[in-house]
Amino acid sequence: MWLVNSSIGRKVVMSISGTALVLFLLFHAAMNLVAIISEDGYNMICEFLGANWYALVATAGLAFLVVVHILYAFYITMQNYRARGKERYAVSARQADVEWSSKNMLALGVIIVLGLGLHLFNFWYKMQFTEIMHMAGASAGDIALATDGVYWIKETFSQWYYVVLYLVWLGALWFHLTHGVWSALHTLGLNNNTWMPRVKCISNIVSTLVVLMFASVVVYYFVISLI
Amino acid sequence: MEKAINITLKVWRQAGPKAKGGFETYELKNISTDSSFLEMLDVLNEQLVSERKEPIAFDHDCREGICGMCSLYINGHPHGPDAAVTTCQLHMRKFKDGDTITVEPWRSNAFPVIKDLMVDRGAYDKIIQAGGFVSVNTGGVPDANAIPIPKKDADEAMDAASCIGCGACAAACKNGSAMLFVAAKVSQLALLPQGRVEAAARAKAMVAKMDELGFGNCTNTGACAAECPKSVSLSNIARLNREFLCAKFKD
Repeated sequence: MWLVNSSIGRKVVMSISGTALVLFLLFHAAMNLVAIISEDGYNMICEFLGANWYALVATAGLAFLVVVHILYAFYITMQNYRARGKERYAVSARQADVEWSSKNMLALGVIIVLGLGLHLFNFWYKMQFTEIMHMAGASAGDIALATDGVYWIKETFSQWYYVVLYLVWLGALWFHLTHGVWSALHTLGLNNNTWMPRVKCISNIVSTLVVLMFASVVVYYFVISLI
Repeated sequence: MEKAINITLKVWRQAGPKAKGGFETYELKNISTDSSFLEMLDVLNEQLVSERKEPIAFDHDCREGICGMCSLYINGHPHGPDAAVTTCQLHMRKFKDGDTITVEPWRSNAFPVIKDLMVDRGAYDKIIQAGGFVSVNTGGVPDANAIPIPKKDADEAMDAASCIGCGACAAACKNGSAMLFVAAKVSQLALLPQGRVEAAARAKAMVAKMDELGFGNCTNTGACAAECPKSVSLSNIARLNREFLCAKFKD
């Protein structure tokens, strides 16, 4: 199967799973913005995307994409480390036009996964997971609060250390996406000399948009908790 | 204006492919800043020979930047700190008096060290053998101008064809990937009508050979294009991806 055996095939898997995850982030971030505009509106979305079959199918698909993206990342990095040879360079300089993020995608990815773990514990575990457990008959968490997204946002972002952790996490995400978005297009062959500056610009815009949308909710609710 | 500098060289010495290598330090006095990097190494080798020591083995041939034979990883850059030149075109005026210069061979699993600074770049030849050609029937030679080619395509093909196969791309890449080389070789032919006929088969065969030889997966860092002595553009890699994917989807 060329998606596993060939280097470009492996990169295509990274590219497509990554692109799908970026689209998910745009979707997720747009919904988070609702929490600033209307608390009731946000809770309606939380109910709509609770333990309903379509939301569960989408969550499973998403989890699959995340797992594929991570497994391929480690596989590719391992192969690349081996391709470099046993002896390493004693002196290595950096090149002016090589982005720092492009050389540290795995490290940034690890930070993102750690942040994701924290995020799932803060929100998913207390919301969708609680609903699923409740439907299965077990009691886990408070079912009354399972669709009250605004309650959990207020709860989490009134604590300064969560605000700091989330902002660091979003910073890592920004670096990861600035390289990831244009690199995904490049891997699919959607690039040439004319479009190179354009795809890099699109990449910066998309990643900044995603991160700003997420960060605004964090900062907004932190400031509210102080007032 | 001629000037002379004194430098310290840290050179990788390795007796053979299996031997354990290490750095040796040499002091060089009175090196003309007008001499090329390779001429400076010649001076050092003369010095070593007169001291009855083994001279340093390094690859070189035309010494005018077109053969792709010279290599050397100098102070963390393939072909040295200057942009868009090969090692033989690098001049000592790029260094300062009292500098310590570290010289290493290309480091890549697919480019094993033969001796000292010499590596075996036969892997690139094997990739070319896999598909970097156009098949032509023998007989009368057709007039090259009979097929009209847009100037833009011809220019882009020519830019890709300027690749001299020196291996700096794979040497610079943190992933040990040969994608820029393969992309240049696929591009120079894919852009022209004569090369279009075998384009799909070529892309598949050359990529398969590249993977088989143990080169890494490209992650689009762009270090290859930044270090390429011929300034081969990174967008050739996008073209290779496109050619390869189209070929796979047609199967």
